[in-house]
Amino acid sequence: MFTDVLKGLWTTFRSAFEKPVTIQYPEQKRPVRTRFKGRHILRRYDNGLERCIGCSLCAAACPADAIFVEAAENTDEKRFSPGERYASTYEINMLRCIFCGYCEDACPTEAIVLGDNYELSFYDRRSAIYPKEMLLEPVPESGQTTPQKTEPGLFNRSIPVMQNPSD
Amino acid sequence: MVLASIIEWTVKAVVLIFVCITGFAYLTLYERKVLARMQVRVGPNRAGPFGLLQPIADAVKLIFKEELIPAEADKLIFILAPVITVVPALIIMAVVPFGPAITLFGRTISLSVAAASNLGILYITTVASISVYGIVLAGWSSNNKYATLGGIRSTAQMISYELALGLAFIGPILMSSSMNLYKIVQDQAAIGWYVIYQPLGALIFFIATLAEINRAPFDMPEAEQELTAGYHTEYSGMKFALFFMAEYIKMIAVAAIAATLYFGGYLGPFVNQVPILGPIYLLIKILILLFGMIWVRATLPRLRYDRLMAFGWKVMLPLSLANVLIVAVGIILHQEMNLPLWVLSITSLVVMVGSISFVGWILYGGKRDVH
Repeated sequence: MFTDVLKGLWTTFRSAFEKPVTIQYPEQKRPVRTRFKGRHILRRYDNGLERCIGCSLCAAACPADAIFVEAAENTDEKRFSPGERYASTYEINMLRCIFCGYCEDACPTEAIVLGDNYELSFYDRRSAIYPKEMLLEPVPESGQTTPQKTEPGLFNRSIPVMQNPSD
Repeated sequence: MVLASIIEWTVKAVVLIFVCITGFAYLTLYERKVLARMQVRVGPNRAGPFGLLQPIADAVKLIFKEELIPAEADKLIFILAPVITVVPALIIMAVVPFGPAITLFGRTISLSVAAASNLGILYITTVASISVYGIVLAGWSSNNKYATLGGIRSTAQMISYELALGLAFIGPILMSSSMNLYKIVQDQAAIGWYVIYQPLGALIFFIATLAEINRAPFDMPEAEQELTAGYHTEYSGMKFALFFMAEYIKMIAVAAIAATLYFGGYLGPFVNQVPILGPIYLLIKILILLFGMIWVRATLPRLRYDRLMAFGWKVMLPLSLANVLIVAVGIILHQEMNLPLWVLSITSLVVMVGSISFVGWILYGGKRDVH
């Protein structure tokens, strides 16, 4: 009995000299895993057009009813995305979202993806609703911002030509 | 002259209480740091450099927290109970000598509030027992079953372990033939620390004080898993802080008393030439003993209640009686027949190891892998 107590005391004493496992969170961050599901990102094509075509399939797939999409018509004068329509309103309620990734799976253009950011906090319920401006990724260097003025007949197809899935 | 004495005592008392309260604040940090290191963590390091401002942050938080009094509580006793608990903890340090007397402004000032008292040890045992009233009254006045159970457990536990504690006090009293803590320290200066002659007594004292101040592994009165928080379940804000304070100040106090009785108190090299070294040596000894208490908390799980009582009555009490017998016989033989005192050390050590093995054998019956 007594030797067991001594053994226990020795164990705790020895572990006091081990390197702490603590990660000093706000300064040090552990990289997330490749398949981590964080905050959503609305992606663009290389020319800066939005991938989202406002089809609401993500909203339909969402089990938590967190996504609200309103679509509007594209014109060649004011073009947001390829094809007929684009999402004029795209809102995700981060308090409802369960980060299941069904929206990602449902999206026909791979417009919505779940990113790496897990630091979602807000002071009130209103600011938990992330509008389209917060979700859209920045315009790539090769492209211009939306709305773009485009040549007629160039962006008729709303869904890109399918390629063999790479990932 | 009388006025000067009154001023001296007032200043010393205020300084002592201030030291106790500051010590409490930093003991919480010390404990959290040591516990964290033993659990391979870092511990508090956000507030200030190395988390040194953490106690201040805690104090501010506790002061501004809402204080609730349950509707069915006995309000007067509910408010008085934390006071009854914290005051004995604060005044118990009064008899601990912090160093040899120093001369200041032409006056000889002893570095303690009342260590010259010939009733030093009696005072300690008395005051230490009063604080249990605060705990049991807190439990009862909360009108909460968990709190009441915690208070009752605390009383039962304190009564059981106070016997062993009181008998552990007898060893140093016998050796120095005095209850005056100054004389006990002076005697240790002459013949060496009492822990050398009474290792068994020191061990009993350490275990009994752990139980007396409700520290792990004897923290039954506040066992979270079964009693939510024990006697202070209904307390919040500054009233809770007073209980918290009492517990930690008692830790400091018993560490100081253990250092004085068994580890030479303020004694150390050159302490008689440079009296100011006395408090520093005592502080170092207190810190080491506190480390021991935290170490035990980090290691041992809480005892079951019936085992706690059984340990108190069936192991600690006979062992401390045996300790008193060994010390008494050793001293008589030393005085009458000039038996060297190291015989006493050997006997104490043999009885300690023997009894521990015997208890282990009783509990485990020679079987090894019983976990």
